[in-house]
Amino acid sequence: MSTTLATQRITLAKGLNMGLRKAMEDDPKVLLMGEDVGKLGGVFRITDGLQKDFGEDRVVDSPLAESGIVGTAVGMALRGYRPVVEIQFDGFVYPAYDQIVCQVAKMSYRSKGRSPMPMVIRIPFGGGIGAVEHHSESPEAQFAHTPGLKVVACSNPVDGYWMIQQAIASDDPVIFLEPKRQYHADKADLDTSVQPAPLFTSRVVRQGSDVTVLAYGPTVKTALKAAEAAAGEGRSLEVIDLRTLSPLDMAPVLESVRRTGRVVVTHEAHVNLGMGAELAARITEHCFYALEAPVLRVGGFDTPYPASRIEEDFLPDLDRVLDAVDRSMGF
Amino acid sequence: MSNQPIGETPGFGPDLVEVFGPSQRDGGPELVQLLTPEGERVHHPDFDRDFSADEVRGFYRDMVLTRRIDTESTALQRHGELGIWAQLLGQEAAQIGAGRALRPQDYVFPTYREHGVAWCRGVDPLKLLGLFRGVDHGSWDPAEHNFGLYTIVIGAQTLHATGYAMGMQRDGVVGTGDPDRDAAVVAHFGDGASSQGDVNEAFIFAASYNAPVVFFCQNNQWAISEPIERQSRIPLYQRALGFGFPGVRVDGNDVLATYTVMQAALQRARDGQGPTFVEAYTYRMGAHTTTDDPTRYRLSDDVEHWKLKDPIARVEVYLKRHGLADADFFAAITAEADALGVRLREGCKAMPDPQPMDMFEHVYAEETDELAAQRAGYAAYLASFEGAHS
Repeated sequence: MSTTLATQRITLAKGLNMGLRKAMEDDPKVLLMGEDVGKLGGVFRITDGLQKDFGEDRVVDSPLAESGIVGTAVGMALRGYRPVVEIQFDGFVYPAYDQIVCQVAKMSYRSKGRSPMPMVIRIPFGGGIGAVEHHSESPEAQFAHTPGLKVVACSNPVDGYWMIQQAIASDDPVIFLEPKRQYHADKADLDTSVQPAPLFTSRVVRQGSDVTVLAYGPTVKTALKAAEAAAGEGRSLEVIDLRTLSPLDMAPVLESVRRTGRVVVTHEAHVNLGMGAELAARITEHCFYALEAPVLRVGGFDTPYPASRIEEDFLPDLDRVLDAVDRSMGF
Repeated sequence: MSNQPIGETPGFGPDLVEVFGPSQRDGGPELVQLLTPEGERVHHPDFDRDFSADEVRGFYRDMVLTRRIDTESTALQRHGELGIWAQLLGQEAAQIGAGRALRPQDYVFPTYREHGVAWCRGVDPLKLLGLFRGVDHGSWDPAEHNFGLYTIVIGAQTLHATGYAMGMQRDGVVGTGDPDRDAAVVAHFGDGASSQGDVNEAFIFAASYNAPVVFFCQNNQWAISEPIERQSRIPLYQRALGFGFPGVRVDGNDVLATYTVMQAALQRARDGQGPTFVEAYTYRMGAHTTTDDPTRYRLSDDVEHWKLKDPIARVEVYLKRHGLADADFFAAITAEADALGVRLREGCKAMPDPQPMDMFEHVYAEETDELAAQRAGYAAYLASFEGAHS
């Protein structure tokens, strides 16, 4: 029998699906667009069942043209809709790059605020799924570098449920990154009666005192596993799930670094000019005298994403994070 | 055997003439025309209507004033008052015909050259100058005029137009039969943009969803220095068939024909019958912009040839020949144009520069703390100079 308990045990895919459904119920102007999002429910099934319940006018199967999807979504937003666009895979966002960077990001500025762009562009990102080329990338820095866009990454089912709704409610365009490897992996308890944190905030997900580990999206799980392993060796890692990449929420990061004096940043994206570089710069600017070691980065190497048989060597894992922790402690 | 270098434009050879008619450069036999360059009223089996003297005089006035906006703005650039200006000389009929065919509830997505359409939508021409003077990126309220901001990236706006039209479908303002309710969108672009992926994707989306959008291409035959033959080996309007909707080529220097064809295309869209591609066959009499030098890449003979097809002269001849306008009318229009010129000159020079701190405005609907901190930091930096204003 069903219960009235607010708590459900869900995957990230389910959390996102429930969040999208709730946003569509709450606001008739919300509509979904993308390749295969309708009858199929998306290649990852994130929009499963939504077209059946909300109709083809609100869950729109699009032609296979990413610039067309984002460009027409701009027009819909100008007409007063709140489009939620699905880019099927991270590596397929580039045909839409011009529309995102030159149009979506600049419309509010160009129009002196008269034409805001309340649009969400969902991008499954990250690797580790054994896919072919272009299906495992982490393009977040390219969007975080662009003024006018906001960029967030969820890491767990509960955040997926809340953050997608908050992103849709935002009057600014949000690049919404979803760690695809996590979609159907771990389950968590969602209690919809608990108020979520604001969207553009970072969160300490494990407290510690020796080294601060900054992560987002798929590497949060990696960082937590590393912290667990480090604890066995008597090392205390504080793990922060950044959640928001643009704007960055530096307050909890700086507070943590002032206590630990040591930072390791980990992301799947290439380290060169990645989020870690910006974080390192800001930490240095604000916590220079608190630092006991340089900010270290653990990320993808500066190669194109490799063939999947060796992708686990490319991706940051527990051991590489712990290795960086060792090097930080060694300073 | 031809020893023509690879990539050199062969022009339209005999095979293409066979397929598409004798002369692409003259617009071809399919060209819809209602007023010849000599000012003779002719008729077309599919697109025709009667025009009152008032209507024709109105078109004439619109075109003369639009040309004055253009020539004054070009002069303002030469005087250093504008950084750049995108000229429309020769395209007045295409723009006034398209602009006057609109209903108030229709919506327009322009390029950066639609000064005549802006005029028809009631946008103060002074506001057009802000962008070219460098004081803003566009200052009119799109919602007030149903006229979007100028889009510099060519073709990008055709997708916005299509999406906007898809929004209209969802709002139930298409195909209701109510002339005050049913609405359509015009997507402006040029022959150069027809090569852009976005334009082709816009065609596909519009066709797929049967969106109420009219794709209005002013084929002025030059994309800066690149001739139309570099963009297309078939008449542009014939591309529409491949996307699954009708295409029409109209004499873009004929305001009566452009108006009539656009009215039909817009009505088709408002009625829910989907997109139409209208190619307004015209000629860019001026330069691409004031930074361009067309003498480097085209023959003055071509320009002279097109001067004979001037869009305003033929209407003037028509009005005079039929006694539809007297000397007082023409004098009044000239005086109005002169006054507009004065207003533009004075208004442009009086336009205030933005303030440095304005650059931080409207990046976001909800400003971020980090941008607010940058703003405050720069304000403090500016204030640190001796004698700085607050």
